[in-house]
Parts: sequence; C-alpha cells; structure tokens
Amino acid sequence: MIHAMKPKEAAERIIHGELFILDVRNEVDFADWKIEGKQVESINIPYFDLIDGVETALEEIPQDAKDVLVVCAKEGSSRFVAEQLDEAGLDEVYYLEGGMKAWSEYLHPVKIGDLSDGGSIYQFNRIGKGCLSYLVESNGEAAIIDAARMVEPYISFLEENNLRLTYVMDTHLHADHISGGRKLAEITGGKYYLPPKDAQEVTFTYHPLVEGGTIRIGNTEIAIHPIYSPGHTIGSTSFLLDDQYLLSGDILFVDSIGRPDLAGKAEDWVSDLRYSLYDLYKGLSSDLVVLPAHFGKMNEIEEDGKVSARLGDLFAENEGLQVEDEQDFRKMVTENLPPQPNSYQEIRQTNMGKIVPNEEEQREMEIGPNRCAVHQ
Amino acid sequence: MNTDKVLDAKGLSCPMPVVRSKKAMDEIKTGQVLELHTTDSGALNDIPAWARSANHQVLDHQEENGVYKFWIQKG
Repeated sequence: MIHAMKPKEAAERIIHGELFILDVRNEVDFADWKIEGKQVESINIPYFDLIDGVETALEEIPQDAKDVLVVCAKEGSSRFVAEQLDEAGLDEVYYLEGGMKAWSEYLHPVKIGDLSDGGSIYQFNRIGKGCLSYLVESNGEAAIIDAARMVEPYISFLEENNLRLTYVMDTHLHADHISGGRKLAEITGGKYYLPPKDAQEVTFTYHPLVEGGTIRIGNTEIAIHPIYSPGHTIGSTSFLLDDQYLLSGDILFVDSIGRPDLAGKAEDWVSDLRYSLYDLYKGLSSDLVVLPAHFGKMNEIEEDGKVSARLGDLFAENEGLQVEDEQDFRKMVTENLPPQPNSYQEIRQTNMGKIVPNEEEQREMEIGPNRCAVHQ
Repeated sequence: MNTDKVLDAKGLSCPMPVVRSKKAMDEIKTGQVLELHTTDSGALNDIPAWARSANHQVLDHQEENGVYKFWIQKG
C-alpha cells in the first residue's frame, strides 16, 4: 500500500520514532540538505536511476525497516518511485506530501512552559530548516518573536486560542530566512519591532527595539526586557522573559555560538560577539532557560521536542563558551566557517524591504540549511 | 546547434521531463543530439545529473521566458 505522509506526521516520527528514508533527489541536492533525525536512516538513489526498475533500491532497504518514506523535491518523483516499490512488492510505502518544499516550510509547535503569573510560551520549530520562533501569550494577548516567512501556522494558532497579536519582534535582521514579522504585523495590526542598528536601511516603518523599555503582554506582570547583545549582527538583541527565559536569537545556541560574518563584517563584530557571550550573558542568572533562534543538529531536539538549555549548563558544556584566549576565539569564529546560507544577501535585502521577490522566488531563496552557527 | 530530435516537455512536472527524455534517448543513436524544452525548474539540476548518470553529455542549456532548453548528446 502507498500512503501520503504529511510533514506533521514525518516530524512526529523524526522526533519520537523511527524512519527509513529513500531520498530520490539528485546527489547534489541530497548532499546539500536532507531530512535528519536521531532514529532516521537515509539513502540517496536519484529517481532517474530508478525509471527502469527499483531493484537497486529494494536491495538497500533493510528487511526490518518499519516504514519507508520516499522523499523528493516537490512530491511527483517520490510518488512515482513509491508506486514502483509497491508494484515490486514492498508492503507499506510512504511518500512525503509536498516533498522537501513542504518539509522546509512546516512549523512544529511545542509548549515550552508556563509563565509565573499566567500565560505561557511556545516554540515553533521549523524542523526542515533548523529555525526556531516563539509565541508568548498572556490574558488573550500574544507576542511573536523571530517569525518564519509562513504566517499561516501562527495565524491559526492565534485564532484557535483566541489571542490578539500585539507585538511582533525580530531579534536581528535575519540572513538565513525571510522574516514573516512585517506580514504578521500588517495582517493582525500588531506592532513590528526591530533593533534600530539592524534596521538603518529598511524601507518601511517599524518600532525601534531598545534596551530599557519593557514590553507587556496582557495585563499581567509578564514582561519582556530587550537586552542589546551585538555580535551576530550589530543590532542583535536578546530578550529576558519573565526572569525565566533568555531568548538568545543567533548569539548563543545549545551546541554552538553565532557566526559574526553574515553581513561581511566578521573582523569588526568578533569583539562584540565575545563581549555579549563572555561578559553580558555571563552576568545573567545561570538558571535562565536559553531559547535560541536555531538548532544546528537534530540531537539538540530533546525527547519532548523542545530545543532549550540552562544557561549555566551552556557555560559548562558549550564549546563556544570555553575559549579563554581572545585570539583563539577570534580565530575560531572567523576561520573555517561553514558556507554562507543560500542567497543570504538577497534574504537580507528582502528583510529590509529593498527587494520584493514573489512567493516562489522567496521559497527558492530559503531552500537549504540555515548555517548561522559556528561549530567547532 | 544540430538537433536530431526535439522533445517538448513544457508543462510537465518532475519526474516526467526526465522520464520522457530517457525514452527519447532510446530512439536516437549514439552521438545524436536531443533538444529538450521544459518549464520545470527542477530540471536545471536534474537534467545534468541524469545525463552524467546515464553517460550522456549536456552540450548547452538556455533559459528563455521560463522555458529551459537543453541540448543533450547521447553517449
């Protein structure tokens, strides 16, 4: 039997279960970016090598593989191969509905926790791209931080939970994905906040996100304090939420730290990054729960689906926080960096409102991994 | 460029442009050239990858008003 597997179901299995993936895209696309998971095994045989028969694929699929998911770029080729596998006698075979295109756009919401005086915080995980965004709600009002381009999942969440979006904020000018912040603000009437130092060239009106002010959501004591923490970008701003959570943007991740070079100013921003991590963050309570804007590897997703860590634990374990010597640190974050995210310059231009690509172009620009971190 | 066969695969989505190209290749001789027209943007990477895998050679490719044209020599 052939079944369609929706991205939501694929996400559940990737986080909580097992999956055998036959990726039928060409080798270059597979090498650039694929579905990963702790219990995911994947092989790559391009569909054009399976047109005359699927024997080579059948040989490589383990006998005890529970579910076989065939994956391609948009769906067509995975269905084509799944049909052939079915005809060749494979019992249960799935194809990924919408392909990698849909996978890249799927947002997986997970509740992080409750806030001290009512309200709660959710993490929206864009698993296919490693991007994390947040929704904070209290007393019928909500704020969204670092929204993904696809605004529908947030809008449905707001409607289902009877929430009014009052604040939309980006921790920095993103280079790896197109921000949905402006669109969300336009649709809902919420205010769009950006760090002014990152927004000097934007072509639209925004509210400046500055330190010292407190953003209140609902009429309870839930407070979001912006903290200026430059380094990934010159304007990068973190949020201290309810004295419990530190939304660290692209400055600090669970397993790595941010890279300072996506605006072409690595040398200038290294000392800012070091200051933000080694002085500013060090001065904060070690019991804060760090909620970053990305994860790099699937093992950063916990069993319960959350990506988070205690700040004190990161100072003990995160390798990016263990570099005593400033020169060694400079070397680490400016040399041997991974490739830049795809189309990062066009993405920055789009987020500034300087260019206005159509939806298909925006989708193409975002294809691939986020690559915002420095891994050792 | 000399063309021995033209395949119009416009409007077809993946995997059909490659499936049809493969079939068209079976109908020409080694050294002859197939000219493929497709509107599927996936073809940009897939046609060269398929050609490499099948030992054919992409001699040239052009894009005109959303139509991708490939000249592929049978290997």
